Amino acid sequence: MNGSLAMVPQATDYLRVLPEIVLSIFGMAIMFADPLLKERPPRTLGTLALLGSLLALAATWVQAQYPGFAFWNMVRVDAFSVFFHFLIVAVTAVVILTSFEYMEVEGIRAGEYYGLILLGAVGMSLMSSAVELVLIFLALEISSIATYILAGFRRRAAISSEASLKYFLLGSFATAFFLYGVALMFGATGSTSIQVIGAALSSFEVPALAYAGIALMFVGLAFKVAAAPFHIWTPDVYEGAPAPVVGFMSTAPKAAVFAVLLRLMFEAHAPGRIGLIWVVAALSMTLGNLGALVQNNVKRLLAYSSIAHAGYLLVAFAAVPDSGIPAAMFYAASYAAMNVGAFAVVSHFSNAGERYVKIEDYSGLSSSSPLLAAILTVFLLSLIGIPITGGFIAKFYVFSAALQSNLVGLVILGVLNSAVAAYYYLRVIVVMYMREPRGEVPVSAVPAGMGAAMAVSLAATIYLGVLPGRVLDYAGRAVAEWLH
Amino acid sequence: MSPNFHLWLIPLLPLLGAAINGLFGWRFSRQLVSAVALTFSGAAFALGLWVATQFPSLGTGLYRESSAVWIRAGDFQADFGFYLDQLSLIMLLIVAGVGFLIHIYSVGYMWEEGGFYRFFSYLNLFLFFMLTLILASNYLLMFVGWEGVGLASYLLIGFWFTRDQAASAGKKAFIVNRVGDFGFLIGLFLLIKHFGSLDFETLFASIRLHSPETQGAGLLTSIALLLMLGACGKSAQIPLYVWLPDAMEGPTPVSALIHAATMVTAGVYMIARSHVIYDRAPAAGMMVAILGTLTAFFAATMGMTQTDIKKVLAYSTISQLGYMFLACGVAAYTAGIFHLMTHAFFKGLLFLAAGAVMHATGGEQDMRNMGGLRTKIPWTFWSMTAATVAICGIPPFAGFFSKDEILWQAYASARGSWLYWLFGVITAGMTAFYMFRLWFLTFFGEYRGGRAEAHLPAQPGGRGSGHAGGDDPHRVPSPSHGQGGIHESPKVMLVPMVILAVLSVVGGWVSYHHTFENFLSPVFREGGTDSLVETRPTSTGVESPVEEGGKETLFMTISVGAAAIGIFLAWLLYLRRPAWPDRIAHRMWGLYQTVLHKYYVDELYAALFVKPLINGSTNLLWRGIDQNVIDAGADQSADLTRRLSDSLRHMQSGNLRSYAGWVALGAAAVIGYMVWIGIP
Repeated sequence: MNGSLAMVPQATDYLRVLPEIVLSIFGMAIMFADPLLKERPPRTLGTLALLGSLLALAATWVQAQYPGFAFWNMVRVDAFSVFFHFLIVAVTAVVILTSFEYMEVEGIRAGEYYGLILLGAVGMSLMSSAVELVLIFLALEISSIATYILAGFRRRAAISSEASLKYFLLGSFATAFFLYGVALMFGATGSTSIQVIGAALSSFEVPALAYAGIALMFVGLAFKVAAAPFHIWTPDVYEGAPAPVVGFMSTAPKAAVFAVLLRLMFEAHAPGRIGLIWVVAALSMTLGNLGALVQNNVKRLLAYSSIAHAGYLLVAFAAVPDSGIPAAMFYAASYAAMNVGAFAVVSHFSNAGERYVKIEDYSGLSSSSPLLAAILTVFLLSLIGIPITGGFIAKFYVFSAALQSNLVGLVILGVLNSAVAAYYYLRVIVVMYMREPRGEVPVSAVPAGMGAAMAVSLAATIYLGVLPGRVLDYAGRAVAEWLH
Repeated sequence: MSPNFHLWLIPLLPLLGAAINGLFGWRFSRQLVSAVALTFSGAAFALGLWVATQFPSLGTGLYRESSAVWIRAGDFQADFGFYLDQLSLIMLLIVAGVGFLIHIYSVGYMWEEGGFYRFFSYLNLFLFFMLTLILASNYLLMFVGWEGVGLASYLLIGFWFTRDQAASAGKKAFIVNRVGDFGFLIGLFLLIKHFGSLDFETLFASIRLHSPETQGAGLLTSIALLLMLGACGKSAQIPLYVWLPDAMEGPTPVSALIHAATMVTAGVYMIARSHVIYDRAPAAGMMVAILGTLTAFFAATMGMTQTDIKKVLAYSTISQLGYMFLACGVAAYTAGIFHLMTHAFFKGLLFLAAGAVMHATGGEQDMRNMGGLRTKIPWTFWSMTAATVAICGIPPFAGFFSKDEILWQAYASARGSWLYWLFGVITAGMTAFYMFRLWFLTFFGEYRGGRAEAHLPAQPGGRGSGHAGGDDPHRVPSPSHGQGGIHESPKVMLVPMVILAVLSVVGGWVSYHHTFENFLSPVFREGGTDSLVETRPTSTGVESPVEEGGKETLFMTISVGAAAIGIFLAWLLYLRRPAWPDRIAHRMWGLYQTVLHKYYVDELYAALFVKPLINGSTNLLWRGIDQNVIDAGADQSADLTRRLSDSLRHMQSGNLRSYAGWVALGAAAVIGYMVWIGIP
């Protein structure tokens, strides 16, 4: 509790938010530099952003050396928060790499794009270490507003502005739920600190008001992770937003919100957890997979797939904390690896104006660009959950954690769902490998930045599948340290 | 001091071959591609043989090695570990040996096809996964192989992807198998939950503490049934057999290797490996036996009406796998594995020979357009003959010993029943019938190829060649095969066939004096004593009690007699009186049509599962909620404008408001639920 009672923040307090500070500085620097640079070489600001995210990665390491509370118990640095910091910042760096090519091809010169990514990452990182509801709300808003704007960056495409507007309006609607939930929770327990709330909810009889508070907060957060029945916005927004941004917003903010949900569900001892999660997870898996079955647009397909994956991940929330939390953490990491990777390929392949985003456009990719096809295949196989990929181990862990908590019905539903899901991912693979190439779809060479992004995601996906031990151990230790 | 077998090398060698050919194959000459593929698959086989020679020195008959920890979480741990006992040794020799032979054959068969390097890369990849499957020391690693062979099979079925049927057949195989894997996975989760381990030794040691669940169905029964579902998918048993006939779209060596000799037997291997569970779950064992019997029987009836040479063999494979299931179900695992081995020889050979026939006739697969090939391709003819006699169970060919053993155990085992035996014998008769039908149609009579309307059992009712023509969609001969007249295959294809022919003849003799049985029995024994479920030895050895021996001789005579009747009928109908089949089909029109259309199971599944799923997805979700429909047919520019106007229209028409409505509705439900449970 070092520094928790002092009125003036101490040096260690700042060290405990070092990644956020680094990201903010770089984010703002890019915003300022943008109008100052007359002749804007398109990559300068991007490179600066990349540098910022890499430094933030280093800052995460520094931060990890100072576990404990900061800023009057509003921030808690522990292995759990470090895990998510690392994940979010790494995803940010990879997404910046994938954006270089996209920005050039689309002719977008706006530097604030990179600035917004970094600032969004500030909010997301802060969400994973904030243990006070008002701070969580602020972090959530920082992250959300950045992604609202990012979704509309294809300025020449009306569909993109529409996506941005829809996301903004519905997103604010959802955030309002969250805020009401915070207010009710304050009313019920007299505090906004997760720790205090947790103590209150486990010590005396839980007032109905607390149930309502949890319900409202859950609605807001479920919207952000695109869990059913709050998933409606997802396909439209993912289809309209720029491909690299979708790669970003389907992974990093989701991971951050899952971190908040984990804290809320397990540390705050949220009542009524299992029943609520059961239904939402079941709905998300089923609706996501059914919706994906008939999609012809790869981005929409991946949107529905991300709804389904939110469902799989939520299954872990219904499990007992000791096995459920590590399973959820691992799932978030491996989903981030494979999904960012998949969107990197989609973004490279889509070409100027995102012209080639239909499944048929991928016809014969295996002969026109065997390597690209092979890479995308690995990501898709991982999304299906085929062994020796991260996706398999992740599903395996989530379902076995759930079964250990006697959630037999949910597990059966989940495994059945993942059997159905094979169909639509496979459609893409079939088209790539078993159709004649279409002459008119150009496949350009993969530039270095994009190549690096794909390589990192690929390596992470396979690493998590073949040698998941270290990550799992870390997640397990994080939970032990956090809960016991 | 125990020897180090370096088992991990055995699967890894073919993987290396796959990687080399996959990455650099496009630059290699065909010679080099084949050299790489053969070297690595051959090396795996050689290593397997070496391990086999060293095996007796183990004494214990058990060997395991652990390369690295794969997953560890809490108490649960799974390794990259390999395990060798008599069972996996036999599987290893079958898979690596037959696999190597078929690699050789493929060099000749695929020589002039496009994608030569790709083919061998996939084939080596398949071997890698298959060897992982059989050598794994725990269920999880086994599952890696299990999914991997499915993937390789999928790639190979769809190898000729320009045919639409090939691509969709591959997909069907993959998805039907996912249904099976669903059972397998849940079974594994249950094992973890209750026993905390998936490692064979640890797991089986703790399961051995349980007594058999004779009263009703308990935990072990549920696990056994779930694993059985997985096995049904992989080994094409009822209700999941539908993918295998379609899988014949793949190149013929693939059908021989994957869809006859090795991969499809993985389910049988898995059940035999899990015998500790099945021994304690008699109800699940009975289910396996019943499914096996039914599959054997119905697949045989379907085999009798097919006219595509590969489809006949496909149904025959399903039927023979049914026998193996039956054996496992009555706890006669040795008999099941024995049949698995002889089947790998003769069915692998049957496919290779069928490939040679197709090679000779320019890609023809319809037996109605064959005939009289006996003298034109003698090597193929004689190999095929050996395999055909073997599968029919005529002594002293390989199939006789293994099938007889299964039929005897089906009756005599403590879990047996005369009903299993009866169905088994009838199936044996049908097997002989459809196999000799194939043999007569292909090799005897006059050559009917080249004539346009040459279809032997002409359709009554004037339907002409519409009959079953739909079953063999690729009449288009594959490129390359077919120039010139009918010709014998090159040596590179004939040598593997001759080797397998020899094995089809002599392969069953290993059961003499129970050699095979005694070798395998330590695996299925319970802690030094006999197996939990009593099975009785056969008299292919000598020392059975007199009474039992007499009974068994009688049974044996009956099953050989059934085969003889089947052969006689085939001779009568397809050589002696070729007009009769039509008349019979006409007489029993309804039955004939039902069987010809494979009991309409594909249609049933489509109506029951596929259509509702797609319709539900389309109507309920897509049209109902997600209105942003994009027409796939529209061209790009028109599409864009239309999308613009569409999206604007939707914005105005309240798309957003309806979305917000859904969110509000969901929120109301969540809040309602929470408040409801929150109010004391």
